[in-house]
Amino acid sequence: MTQKMLVSRGGEEADLVIRGARVFDPREGLDDARDLVVRGGEIAEVRDPGAEAPEGAEVVEAEGLLALPAFVDPHVHLRVPGQEYKEDLETGTRAAAAGGYCAVIAMANTTPPIDSASVLGSVRDQAERVASIPVGFVANVTRGMAGEELTEMAELRDEGAIAFSDDGLPIRSARVLRRALQYQQLAGGVIALHEEDPDLSGGGVMHEGEVSAVLGMEGVPAVSESTMIARDCALALYEDARIHVQHLSARASVEAIRSAKAAGVQVTCEASPHHLVLTDEEVRSLDARFKMNPPLRTEDDRQALIEGLRDGTIDCVATDHAPHASEEKEVPFEQAAMGVTGLETAFAVLHTELVVPGVLDLGTLVEKMTCGGEPFGIEAPRLGAGERANVVLIDPAAEWMVGEDGYESRSHNSCFAGREVTGRVQMTVADGRVAFRQRSFAMGVA
Amino acid sequence: MRHLLSVESLSRGEIERILDRAQAFAEVGKRDIKKVPTLRGRTVVNLFYEASTRTSSSFELAAKRLSADLVSVKAAGSAIDKGESLKDTISTLSAYDPAIIVIRSPFAGAADLVARWTDAAVVNAGDGKHEHPSQALLDVFTLRQRLGTLEGVNIWIVGDVLHSRVARSCLIAFQAMGAEVTLCGPPTLIPRGIAEATGASVSHDIDGVAEADVVYALRMQQERMSESFVPSLREYAMRYQIDSRRLTPRQLLMHPGPVNRGVELSPEVIDSPQSLISAQVESGLVVRMAILYELHTGSDQPRTTGPEPVDTPPRIGQPA
Repeated sequence: MTQKMLVSRGGEEADLVIRGARVFDPREGLDDARDLVVRGGEIAEVRDPGAEAPEGAEVVEAEGLLALPAFVDPHVHLRVPGQEYKEDLETGTRAAAAGGYCAVIAMANTTPPIDSASVLGSVRDQAERVASIPVGFVANVTRGMAGEELTEMAELRDEGAIAFSDDGLPIRSARVLRRALQYQQLAGGVIALHEEDPDLSGGGVMHEGEVSAVLGMEGVPAVSESTMIARDCALALYEDARIHVQHLSARASVEAIRSAKAAGVQVTCEASPHHLVLTDEEVRSLDARFKMNPPLRTEDDRQALIEGLRDGTIDCVATDHAPHASEEKEVPFEQAAMGVTGLETAFAVLHTELVVPGVLDLGTLVEKMTCGGEPFGIEAPRLGAGERANVVLIDPAAEWMVGEDGYESRSHNSCFAGREVTGRVQMTVADGRVAFRQRSFAMGVA
Repeated sequence: MRHLLSVESLSRGEIERILDRAQAFAEVGKRDIKKVPTLRGRTVVNLFYEASTRTSSSFELAAKRLSADLVSVKAAGSAIDKGESLKDTISTLSAYDPAIIVIRSPFAGAADLVARWTDAAVVNAGDGKHEHPSQALLDVFTLRQRLGTLEGVNIWIVGDVLHSRVARSCLIAFQAMGAEVTLCGPPTLIPRGIAEATGASVSHDIDGVAEADVVYALRMQQERMSESFVPSLREYAMRYQIDSRRLTPRQLLMHPGPVNRGVELSPEVIDSPQSLISAQVESGLVVRMAILYELHTGSDQPRTTGPEPVDTPPRIGQPA
């Protein structure tokens, strides 16, 4: 590897004392009121509360707040190059920081797609100028995402491609995917897969089931996803290669991953907040805010995803943040663009819907929201002394309505808009720099 | 009733109210002068994004019988053809201050969106494969005229249920009025989950149709074969065609039109005494008059009452 994989604009390294927060990091075994001392962008000390702040350090009074390792999102669409009217690297990373993220991995289904070193180089250069948190860029598996010829994966890797994916589209040909998995031995980098069988998905726009039957809209059956996962896990096993399965949506998919892992396949996978919280019942509204790919499925599928998080079948939470302009969503459901934003709401929504009612414990949620970089070679942030400062401060009791203050993202296509949620990000430190502060959250400097 | 977007959103009481109103219009239709002044001075916009003969013509005639000013916009040759979005089209047409917009779209939920974007009352004249409420209401009206009630009536809807908005709306309307509904067709043309979602029975075997009081045949579309929903129209017709062998004299036959003669129906049953197909077309006019009437008089802000606008002083640049 000749390039570092994550890029950002950098900035002034923080000197902070975060005072009296409940410092919670299951990996470090931390769950106590502590002072977190950040010096020169590193965690200098995690100490008992009440000591004097070092001179020149900013004091953040954080009693009643939760200090967590900041989150890592392995699946976002930042739309650069070519679709900057939806999002760009500045707005996208600002949205991520506002959601408590300290790193994101950007997909390559852009216009043009990131299938050559020159396109990859240009987005990395841009990120070095404008990205407020570190971004890793995925490059395509196939040229033009056409599913036919491999990209120059080895060169792309040298130029900083963090992984490979044709996300947005499946790799239809098993032969092409097999070649990519073989070539992984040379290029490295996990292959992240958007799994669906295009023949089974057809023109489907929502989950195939009782709701699609009544609405008369073409459905995407759950087997469209699970059969491809089974195929690709078999290929990965055969080639001794590593794959990461994106956005699981169905019970059959969780089961396919569970049995693949048991069989020794090197596979990791993710689930999104919307699939963990919502079902296809939402689509009865015919509101295109609930249109995404894979689609929202049934309550049984949702329960299987939650079980998968609990038992470790599902490795991490990924937002699949997919911004779209309002004119792409204010159309009939079948015509609308697929995808929802998610960076700014992920923690609050999962905290409200899973942690507060006791469905999932906070420790599991924090682990699943911080480890998303691991399949991509990025270690989960920790709150131990000597670590780079990647910290999110959250007011766990703050109640707010999604969208009430607008969004940091350029696009507003949140499927949670209007929902009352509990838990709000107040401040994010990413790679040693303060990347976000909630406007209403006052600070004092010592 | 503010809009007519789906049958699903109607109560039995609302359905009956529309049917009773249609009955009254049926009597007006027997008079020499068939026009009533209900919508005089009001504008009705007919916005059709899909080809239609009977629905668009009967809404047009219904609006005219109610003395409305009518604007008909068809997709071909309009700004829609030039890529104008539905939202922009609605805001353009809203400048005419229509009382009612009747919309047909190839996409589910189009009418719901229009209802969000306009002050006019909105009628869904067919949205994708979702619903076609005025068709279902005219079918219930036709059956009620013939049978008095749908309570306990056994209705079989036969054919391409998967692609049929008529089937979805009729199923809901027939059930709401107390009928027992069975959906019948090849497994490839019955949507997965429909029985669980609606409580309808599903049968792939046409022989059971003998127990039906009413046989409602759906249009079989030619293009379905290229997608292998059925191997051939020939095999479909052999298995599912309603012919004089399958239709007994005590049964009634319905079809939303246009009919593929020799496919879903044999020619002799179309013109048989059991056939209600022409009665359905006749009902279409009075039921659509009733829909427009109910929307106009039942809207939240009645437009007919209230004082006439007072004279306002002419503004500069405007003729006095």
